Amino acid sequence: MQLVLEKRAERSNTIAMVSPLIAIGLTIVTMVILFAILGKNPLLALHAYFIAPLTDGYSLQEIAVKATPLVMIAIGLSLCYLANAWNIGAEGQFLVGAVAGSWIAVKTQGTDAGAWVLPAMFVLAAAGGALYALIPAICKVKFGASEILTSLMLVYVADLFLDYLVRGPWRDPHGFNFPTTAEFDPVATVPLLIEGGRLHLGSIIALVVVAAAAILLGRTIKGFEIRVVGAAPRAARFGGFNADQLIILTFAVSGALAGLAGIIEVAGPVGHLQPGISPGYGFTAIIVAFLGRLNPLGILIAGLFLALTFIGGEQAQIAMKIPLDVTKVFQGILLFYVLACDSLILYRFKLVFPNRQVARGTA
Amino acid sequence: MLDPTPNGQPSGESPLLRTIGLTKRYGDFLANDSIDIDIWPKEIHALLGENGAGKSTLVKAIYGLIQPSAGEIRWQGQPIALSGPSQARGRGIGMVFQHFSLFDNLTVAENVALGLDGRESFKDMSARLEQVSKTYGLPLDPRREVWQLSVGERQRIEIVRALMQDPKFLILDEPTAVLTPQEADQLFIVLERLKAEGRAILYISHKLDEVKRLCDTATILRGGKKIQTCNPRLETAASLARMMVGSEIKEVKAAAGRRATVPRLVVNDLSLAPAEAHGVRLEHISFELKGGEILGIAGVAGNGQDELFAALSGERLSNDPGTVVIEGIAAGHLSITQRRKLGAAFVPEERLGHGTAPRMKLSENALLTGHAASGMVHHGFIDTAATLKTVDRATETFDVRKAKRDPEAASLSGGNLQKFIVGREILRNPAVLVVSQPTWGVDAGAAAVIRQALLDLATAGAAVLVTSQDLDELAEIADRIAVMFHGRLSAPLATGEATREKLGLLMGGSSLETKEAAHAVGA
Repeated sequence: MQLVLEKRAERSNTIAMVSPLIAIGLTIVTMVILFAILGKNPLLALHAYFIAPLTDGYSLQEIAVKATPLVMIAIGLSLCYLANAWNIGAEGQFLVGAVAGSWIAVKTQGTDAGAWVLPAMFVLAAAGGALYALIPAICKVKFGASEILTSLMLVYVADLFLDYLVRGPWRDPHGFNFPTTAEFDPVATVPLLIEGGRLHLGSIIALVVVAAAAILLGRTIKGFEIRVVGAAPRAARFGGFNADQLIILTFAVSGALAGLAGIIEVAGPVGHLQPGISPGYGFTAIIVAFLGRLNPLGILIAGLFLALTFIGGEQAQIAMKIPLDVTKVFQGILLFYVLACDSLILYRFKLVFPNRQVARGTA
Repeated sequence: MLDPTPNGQPSGESPLLRTIGLTKRYGDFLANDSIDIDIWPKEIHALLGENGAGKSTLVKAIYGLIQPSAGEIRWQGQPIALSGPSQARGRGIGMVFQHFSLFDNLTVAENVALGLDGRESFKDMSARLEQVSKTYGLPLDPRREVWQLSVGERQRIEIVRALMQDPKFLILDEPTAVLTPQEADQLFIVLERLKAEGRAILYISHKLDEVKRLCDTATILRGGKKIQTCNPRLETAASLARMMVGSEIKEVKAAAGRRATVPRLVVNDLSLAPAEAHGVRLEHISFELKGGEILGIAGVAGNGQDELFAALSGERLSNDPGTVVIEGIAAGHLSITQRRKLGAAFVPEERLGHGTAPRMKLSENALLTGHAASGMVHHGFIDTAATLKTVDRATETFDVRKAKRDPEAASLSGGNLQKFIVGREILRNPAVLVVSQPTWGVDAGAAAVIRQALLDLATAGAAVLVTSQDLDELAEIADRIAVMFHGRLSAPLATGEATREKLGLLMGGSSLETKEAAHAVGA
């Protein structure tokens, strides 16, 4: 008996829909084994991870808050990945956006600046993220440098730059030497949707981004261009589409979205600029993009699911003393299974029984 | 124990390979419906059929690439089950595919080594490779890298690779589709020799003249069923075609009254350095093509045809706008989209990956070239209904056969996809159509449809440039034929004067004048 992968004549849309679910199922099985090895009750652990956060309103809001940056970044990344441009540095673009937007907040601190402050912060953050993303994109187009490496390396540059700012020029003079800026003024803060709650305007912006991406990819010639450049580069050139221009465009858009997510996080849930504003949103968003099948609606669902693992991880740590790093292990295993299950879209498993046929033939 | 001679015949008189009721089912679709075929040693057996007739399925089953749903395969009288090609090779079944599977940046010897089991040292293998290629008159230098080789030479690698396994039975899938007449003649000598050595050959082809000339037996498939096994020498090309298609094939006919009008595509002294390391430099190419006219470009593959196509289509731009003039407008610097807007249309050689995005739907592939000038896009938004309409019109006008209304391009057979691509361009009513290898690997029925469409387009007043390696095709539809060699284009000959001998000389790089002069001196 032999297990072979057989190529399908046409991609299976059914599998394309369920492959993320298969991946999640396999991840959970793996996690059960892992919890058992750690000496934790797997059922209680799973409950803490996936059920408990869904049972109270505060956690539900927190899931939406955490999903907001994940979804916004992942939408941008999905455009890159569809066009075969591999932006791995969304984390850096997120941080640069946060810094660029915070600049206005820091400079207008304590002045009587009006309602223009927050929109201006958004614009600057998006521009900052986009410009930062253009560095690897231009290096790729002009010099053929691998965008995977350059975009990844720029993450650390952004991280250290932010560190320098909050420890140096932008440090809150009344902050007891903590590396942080002062709390942003109310005009520089993302408004809450529910008084006293956690849900903020950013979640609405994320939904708008999802809808815009769905229209872009499904209905417009630009979206078609992005898909065809990634799917069949030579055919795209024959169609008159310029792959280099598209690398620049998709990097800029994804950088802008990551930057916008950055300032929304800083001016929203965090409230000031400090190191560690991101628990790795830019990297987790890569998983979100693939788990969501590079499809806007899928990314929305995947973003909520990954946000659940963040919240569930915290609860599992508090309730069962499961290390927070287990969440990262979970996310890594999930990406592994998602990519593995994707091969089932174009291929199918088949059992081959060579010996049995011979037996039948000779009978 | 297995009985080696189930029919009670001495093994010398039983077929080398026999399929009994071989059936392959894909869902509800019967790709092969209970096919019986006998292949004898010392036989060249033709397998004839249109695209989708089940030829590929049958040979894939024989070569172990797929497992039959029912029926059996007997090898030297014994029922066998092949779980993969390596088992087929182990028994002495070899196959040369239509599409080569070679690595461009590896040497000939390295490519051959990759296809073998690897039990002998690389040095021994290289020596054996040289010896096999010498024995069969298939000259190959094992140390050369594949990208440097012509298509004919690449095919030789595949044939030598198969021969190095010393097969008793060799399957060849449309081997002459990419060869010049001279190269094809050389191949036939090799095949005759293999036959004389006692080997059997299964020869898949659409070229009926070839089959009549070369093959001892022909089995005709249609719609997954075996129609007949016959002696092709006792049949006419027309009777074979009738069995294949199930009805008379329409003769390609030029409508009366086609005449050249104004110049629609003019190329002036076009020279272009290659874009890729392995490319050909275009040198001083000039020609003028009028409306109502079909110009054929012959030549062995890899002599700059691809580069010329890229320069004409605008996939590569020229610094001098005047080198390519479309409809009286200097277009050398214009992009492919701008050239389409001037009324030009293009059909590249590669159907999958160049002419279409394989994993995208036909409607999306209609949009691929139609977005420029066909009203499929309004204010940046795609008009899906318009793209589907193009698919439907192409389907109707050119008889594109497919499983559903809007399938992925890759799911169509070669001939049907080519009909779709040609249809997609012709439906745009182009003033200039540049088409490369219009019927490459396409069956007789589809080829006739495509050639007729090109003639009709010229009759309607368009200028048509056809690059082809099939000289019969050019003779059938072109008014004039020029030959490409090493990036240069010969002066066009009127089709009536372009004999096979003259074209063959030009394709080999000789100029006609010197050759005629030499003849004169000799006489």
